[in-house]
Amino acid sequence: MSIDRKIVTKNAYRITKIRNKTALRVRVPGGHLEAKYFQIIQEVAEKFGDGTVHLTTRQGFECPGIDFDRIPEINKMIRPLIESLGLDVDYGDGGYPAAGTRNISACIGNRVCPYANDDTTRIANSLEKAVYPHDFHFKIAVTGCPNDCIKAHMQDFGIICLTEPQYESKRCITCEACVDNCKKKVTGALSVKDYNIERDIEKCIGCGECILKCPAGAWTRSEEKYYRMVIMGRTGKKNPRLAMPFIKWATEEEITQIIKNTYGFVERYIDTSLPKEHIGYIVDRMGYQVFKMKVCRKGGLYHARNFFTGRSTGCAH
Amino acid sequence: MGYALTKQQLNEYLKALGRQYLLVGPIREKAKGTFSDTDKIVYGVFEAFEDLVLEEKAFYSPKEFLMPIRETLFHFLDGQIVEPKIDTKPILIFARPCDLNGIRRLDTIFLKNGDIKDSYYERRRNLVKYVMIECTEGFDTCFCVSMGSGTYKDYEAAIRFDGNQTLLDVVDSTLVTEGLSQVIRKDFVPEYIKENKVKVVIPPIDKVNNSIFEHPIWKEYTRRCIACGRCNTSCITCSCFTMQDVEMSDDGLLGERRRVWASCHIKGYTDMAGGHGFRKQNGERMRFKTMHKINDYHKRFGENMCVGCGRCDDVCPEYISFSKCINKLSEIIKEESHE
Repeated sequence: MSIDRKIVTKNAYRITKIRNKTALRVRVPGGHLEAKYFQIIQEVAEKFGDGTVHLTTRQGFECPGIDFDRIPEINKMIRPLIESLGLDVDYGDGGYPAAGTRNISACIGNRVCPYANDDTTRIANSLEKAVYPHDFHFKIAVTGCPNDCIKAHMQDFGIICLTEPQYESKRCITCEACVDNCKKKVTGALSVKDYNIERDIEKCIGCGECILKCPAGAWTRSEEKYYRMVIMGRTGKKNPRLAMPFIKWATEEEITQIIKNTYGFVERYIDTSLPKEHIGYIVDRMGYQVFKMKVCRKGGLYHARNFFTGRSTGCAH
Repeated sequence: MGYALTKQQLNEYLKALGRQYLLVGPIREKAKGTFSDTDKIVYGVFEAFEDLVLEEKAFYSPKEFLMPIRETLFHFLDGQIVEPKIDTKPILIFARPCDLNGIRRLDTIFLKNGDIKDSYYERRRNLVKYVMIECTEGFDTCFCVSMGSGTYKDYEAAIRFDGNQTLLDVVDSTLVTEGLSQVIRKDFVPEYIKENKVKVVIPPIDKVNNSIFEHPIWKEYTRRCIACGRCNTSCITCSCFTMQDVEMSDDGLLGERRRVWASCHIKGYTDMAGGHGFRKQNGERMRFKTMHKINDYHKRFGENMCVGCGRCDDVCPEYISFSKCINKLSEIIKEESHE
């Protein structure tokens, strides 16, 4: 059997340990899809695969045990699903491109979770539009609050949704529910002074817990939504590490621009002698300050506030 | 006097009223809900009919317009006392019968509870008039009919928003604006709700005694209640407050005294010197609230304090239902009296 491995894997099919069998991988940006598409996945698995489906760590589906020659048929079949996910990029009935930049995963976000500060699926989808498809090896995830249920700290780019709590003293009954909770559960950013609550803006991580705890509506959400971006987290055999803070209280435009600019950085500095080089290793090789300078150059980011210094990111510098 | 107004006439009428009164009604605060991307329905200042939210119940009651959450009673400086002036523009509150009956409870507590009237409450109360919003359906958690507070007759005006037509019954002559002379006269007698989905049986007042204090029912609430106090802050009849003295000079001679809402479920309510507290268990707080709303108050003033607006059910993050608690209590007392 002759298979162009590079083309097949770029088209969302895996080379498996079983000779002549492949597996279809379906990415689901933001990890949320309409239940009706399960029928398609079921049909693929039962008709062409071994009847099982694996739920991937990046919130996709993988249907194993498929014969390579069935790929065109399957591509036709999954078209509606691919279209619904916004992944229908010039491939028509040819399936869809999948390798390189990985599925942008998201926690369940504020469509369901009371803690979430934003609609993580929406953000994942909009980031997906900005970066997909791409060959470079990027892992991005969006989490609704600093609890980080999606494990944004294990990604090249982890986006943590924040709100800036707004305090209205005339609605405050000084019950201290917010203060006690922040002390026990968060960073102890709140304190009482003259029966008013003071928020230490250096300690506040924008989780919004104080808003959730307030019985009188003294704490409300900021009109603007904000994001903390943590970068260069990774698993893998060489130097696994948690992501470190890069920018806090950033806007959605800023985080999107940083990610887009990073593709330019990789383009310029990637070691092409290797089959592939992961973004984290490129940053390690080039140094944090070079990375920061390059990704901040475009899109008005140069003057953006709230970048962390190299030291605090723990990145090589 | 009854009127039938078109939408345009209604808004013109509201505009005219707005010159005399601060109009207060249930409005939507965009993105100010507790959870992200949610709104909050509250009582607030409005201008036009379109600002009013009638299809959802307000999270908080209108009581904050009569007893502000935080109110400076006076400033003090070296023995001198100065009471700050309040805005004296009269207020017209648009509210349903349950809330208007609730405000009557507040009147009782602040003005008829002993010989001395609460002057801080009274000065605000005297500025307020009411437009009763006709309410014949209620919401899922309402139990006003069981509490006898689904009707209210002492309104200054009553209003029915009915599609393109609004019916108005004006009792108070200051609410008859010039513009109303152009409006079609139509007699309007507001209707009242006859039945709620939730029905509550109040235990007979004299059958409740201290033996119920020890009943395991309260242990259930110790386990479930987190003492967040939302049931109190959203309640139209919760009227407890505490005092805060804020010193603004090092020698303590300059400062202000304010009163602030306090409540039986919230930390510190019964705290005393030496760290003593009377009701440390959350179930005991639930018991205290329940007894006050449907027993103690009744013994003193001849009616239940709770008006069955159901807000405490709506806002409880632990899904504790006050109406369910009352019914459970009734069952227990019924069984015990048969024994």
